[in-house]
Amino acid sequence: MQRTATSNWLGVAPAWFVIGIFGVLPMFIMLAISFMVQDPYGGVEWGYSHEAYIQFLFEYDLDDSLLFNPIYINIMLRSMGLAAITTVLCLIVGLPVAYFIARQPEEKRNLFMLLVTIPFWTNLLIRTYAWILILTRNGVIDARFQALGFEPGTFDLLYTNEAILIGLVYSYLPFMVLPLYASLEKMDFRLIEAASDLYASKWQAARHVIIPLAKPGIIAGSLLVFIPSIGAFIAPDLLGGGKRLMLGSLIHFQFATARNWPFGAAVSILLMVFVMVALLIYNRANKGQGVAMGGH
Amino acid sequence: MAENQPAIEARGVSKVFPGGVRALDNVSVTIRENEFFTLLGPSGCGKTTLLRLIAGFEFTTAGEILLHGKEIAHLPPDKRPVNTVFQHYALFPHMTVAHNVGFGLRMQGKSASEIDRAVQESLALVKMSEYGARRPSQLSGGQQQRVAFARALAPRPQVLLLDEPLSALDLKLRQAMRSELKTLQRETGITFVFVTHDQEEALTMSDRIAVMSAGKIQQIGAPLDIYESPVNHFVADFIGDTNFVEGRLSNIEGENAALTVSDGFTIETRLNGPHKLGDKVAVALRPEKISLGKGALKGRIAEAVYLGTSTFYSVDLGAGVIVSVRDANALSGEGHFATGDEVSVDIPAGAARMLAD
Repeated sequence: MQRTATSNWLGVAPAWFVIGIFGVLPMFIMLAISFMVQDPYGGVEWGYSHEAYIQFLFEYDLDDSLLFNPIYINIMLRSMGLAAITTVLCLIVGLPVAYFIARQPEEKRNLFMLLVTIPFWTNLLIRTYAWILILTRNGVIDARFQALGFEPGTFDLLYTNEAILIGLVYSYLPFMVLPLYASLEKMDFRLIEAASDLYASKWQAARHVIIPLAKPGIIAGSLLVFIPSIGAFIAPDLLGGGKRLMLGSLIHFQFATARNWPFGAAVSILLMVFVMVALLIYNRANKGQGVAMGGH
Repeated sequence: MAENQPAIEARGVSKVFPGGVRALDNVSVTIRENEFFTLLGPSGCGKTTLLRLIAGFEFTTAGEILLHGKEIAHLPPDKRPVNTVFQHYALFPHMTVAHNVGFGLRMQGKSASEIDRAVQESLALVKMSEYGARRPSQLSGGQQQRVAFARALAPRPQVLLLDEPLSALDLKLRQAMRSELKTLQRETGITFVFVTHDQEEALTMSDRIAVMSAGKIQQIGAPLDIYESPVNHFVADFIGDTNFVEGRLSNIEGENAALTVSDGFTIETRLNGPHKLGDKVAVALRPEKISLGKGALKGRIAEAVYLGTSTFYSVDLGAGVIVSVRDANALSGEGHFATGDEVSVDIPAGAARMLAD
């Protein structure tokens, strides 16, 4: 038995190593940086400071007293709101798509999954630039509506919240479709026949059978969309014009431009804490209902 | 059974699937109220398609389907007062047994107390009352099957459709469920339409059977009619063991006819259809209706297989005709024959059933 225990440990060691190096260690580096002193030329100076966390909530008045400053809180709330809307939109669009693909004959399913993943073959930055051409004044959409007699610029969608949402939904939709498909593909579609045989309309069948059975995929997909959406900066910068600062842009800005590493790290840590707390609350609520997450 | 009102009438129903497969070809059948009606046939004969057309999972290419005189062929499944017991149960894995059973009533918007009562009743009917709080995955195959019955019966459908519901069970359980199913049908008074490829199942449970093949109904009748008087080669062959013997009609007297197979080898039979002297026809002979040790025909035992309750013989009657004979082992040690024995063979006049094709 001891031999097995040792070899078991050896077996999982690579996994722990990878998780440690790529997961846990960077997080602690980030945590450490957030408590260090800012070096104005970039990087950090050795020494303890919680200045970054104070900066997140307060600003200094002329007499050095602390004044509450909601600007960063607002950025975080706006980011979370936008991420939540993105998640809901991805779910609304992704569920029918995943359902459609899962109901195709087997050989067609793989083709459709390939199509879903094709956007990953090109860099997100380049794909987001393409959206500029579509959304801008005299762009693809505006030009079509001009042809219908609208004033030029009526459908100039660039640099709006809608543009950011379009960009975010576009960027993260595959992350919703893939887990949804994975859970729908395992579903026994005869259950839908059984539901309609038992007087369920199409909507009732979706609500009482398809969605509960797709729940693991819905949860996984929502997390995979929500979490990166909060921290996204490409779509907010390029399509939102950076007019409304988002959390991702803020962090990016602190590291790349403002050279305030501790503050960038602190915002990252706070973001992580928020997400973790949200997940814990969600988990608690689910357990309270006694909802079975898995199929078995 | 008394001539009840028709529950389901199919009139000239055809179903052609995309790709041109004709699963049903101009099928007409009337299923009466309170009847245990079986659609029997080999796989691909169209029996399941007919069931799915009645349930509403597929739509007819041509023809009409009436439920108590009302056309239902265009209605979706949730608008038809018919329920289905599926071959693989199709229980909802994320609901408890009680929730599964109550699903139909919930979708119909029945009151909570009414649902509760119907669930209890249905579970009691299938002897699963204590299992309401379990999930389907915590039940054995036989128990899941019972829950599937309860779920389909709870909304009190006008017709219950059963798609080979016993085929996933093991033999012992299957045999036990047959009589239970029959009892269930009698107690509930609901019309059952049962699909199976198992002739024994069909014979033991049904009031009437429709034998299907190649998208057509070959014969409809009580189990006795189907077994004793098969109309054609397919039905005779599909139901039970059968010997087929061909010959020419050598004598016709009213209903009675004589079929000459070869010189001095004549079988008495009854006329079935407009045949005339000299016609080449075939008869079906059930192995248990032929007796050995007496009779006018002479044969030789080619093979003897002892089966316990009976002995199965292959008897060479000459002229290239070998028939199977099943001889009940009524008295021990008596009337047994060994391979190579010369025996006399009796084929009673009623035993040979003339076939239409």
